[in-house]
Amino acid sequence: MTTLYDFELSGNCYKLRLLMSILRVPYDVVPVDFYPGRQHKADWFLKLNPFGQLPVLEDDGLVLRDSGAILAYLARKYDPSGLWFPTDPATLADVLKWHAVADDITATSSAARLNLGMFYDFDLEKVQQGAHRIFRIMDEHLWFGEQQGRDWLCAPAHPTTADIACFPYVMLSEEGGISRQDYPAIRRWTDRVRRVPGFVVMSGIFPAGRAAE
Amino acid sequence: MTAIDKVTRDLWQVIAAIDETPPGIVQVTLLLDQQLAFTRDAALRPVVWRRNGEQIGDVVDFEAIGERLPVIEGYGYIWTSFGNPPAELFPIPEYAEADRKNMSCGSIGLHVSAPRAVENFLDMGHFPYVHTDILGAEPHTEVKEYDVEVSEERDEVLATRCRFFQPRAALSATEGQEVEYVYRVPHPFCSVLYKSCPEDDTRRDVIAIFLQPMTEERCRAHLLQSMVDSVSTITELRRFQQTIFGQDKPILENQYPKRLPLDPRSETPIRADKSAIAYRRWLSQKGITYGVIPQAG
Repeated sequence: MTTLYDFELSGNCYKLRLLMSILRVPYDVVPVDFYPGRQHKADWFLKLNPFGQLPVLEDDGLVLRDSGAILAYLARKYDPSGLWFPTDPATLADVLKWHAVADDITATSSAARLNLGMFYDFDLEKVQQGAHRIFRIMDEHLWFGEQQGRDWLCAPAHPTTADIACFPYVMLSEEGGISRQDYPAIRRWTDRVRRVPGFVVMSGIFPAGRAAE
Repeated sequence: MTAIDKVTRDLWQVIAAIDETPPGIVQVTLLLDQQLAFTRDAALRPVVWRRNGEQIGDVVDFEAIGERLPVIEGYGYIWTSFGNPPAELFPIPEYAEADRKNMSCGSIGLHVSAPRAVENFLDMGHFPYVHTDILGAEPHTEVKEYDVEVSEERDEVLATRCRFFQPRAALSATEGQEVEYVYRVPHPFCSVLYKSCPEDDTRRDVIAIFLQPMTEERCRAHLLQSMVDSVSTITELRRFQQTIFGQDKPILENQYPKRLPLDPRSETPIRADKSAIAYRRWLSQKGITYGVIPQAG
């Protein structure tokens, strides 16, 4: 039995919905009214996660928090191919490095979106600039990767949880007033993520068109 | 600073959900380019004034508040005005029915003018493409002929006999159905829709969008649901509406220009846009200039 404590408009919750869809993991949803209800700060939720953050996943009696940790857990448990979260030392470090970048994208791009969309008190200009700094580095990394035949954030020839972790708040950046116009390699990468078999959308993210032949 | 036309100045403008406004604590917002502070007093009545350095979360010093702006409560929201507002808000009689579940669904910022957001709310043509498998699905893309009138007596735009095939018209829907809508625009920045209720075919669910014009190109959408649904929780009903609205948001924010052009030649309408055409004409005749590109001459 797998249960996701979920808010539809949360990119961090969507990371888990996305990977569970790709891995065909059936799960139940407990909706949490993050906005305007602030249920993630309610007593019943703080018992699940004292840090008061979404998402939380319950799986066979385990209560897990932190989207990056849960992505790793889901991949190790439900992906028999082992491709989504490889454990050879170099690739593992590579994936975890991008999980950390995903948290920085949350702290910048997602914060900008929360400021403009839900009136959270953040320094808008500062978080927008922070997101642009990350996007510039990512765009370069992805562009050089394409030159070498690498389509994904990490070295393997297939996507990993690193791509899932970084994808949502890159895709939702426009809601935070952060244009992706200057990042063509990022845009091509988001199209590739959206063509992964089992991909699902969330509100604010639309499917990609068909790839050019 | 942008000039505010007389009509807009005298309207009631929504600023926040009452339940989301803690008493005695400063909240801040932007209305028609002007900074406001607001709270609720010990009797839980809303108090709104022009912001003067207060920060969100400050404890309110009620003695220090100078001139208070007019305030009215309606449909779970706080409304204020910079001018001489009417004695009452426009009516939504269903809201008072005892068995309805009334709720705010969050106040969401939109990078588009308030009238653009009203117009999107009136549009059915985008359902299958933007709200795929919920409010529409291919091949059921036709917007059938419907009626639009401007009611002189009530001074509102009214669209009736709007029908659309919807795979999941509401949270309480269990199968696809042809749904009938009535749209009202009883306020230049507010719209109310009535749609067939899956649980009781003699009644209608009510969904309203109240837009708070922050600037000419930004607004805050306050979403109200007044539902006949004996099963779902408020959290579930909010989630359904937020899912829909989250799909609209990027589409709306990509509209250009962000202000609504009122010149009939500036954008090319199709037959399905009848209600939008009536709405634009109504704004023009009223003399609204805020958040729109007025007709030349």
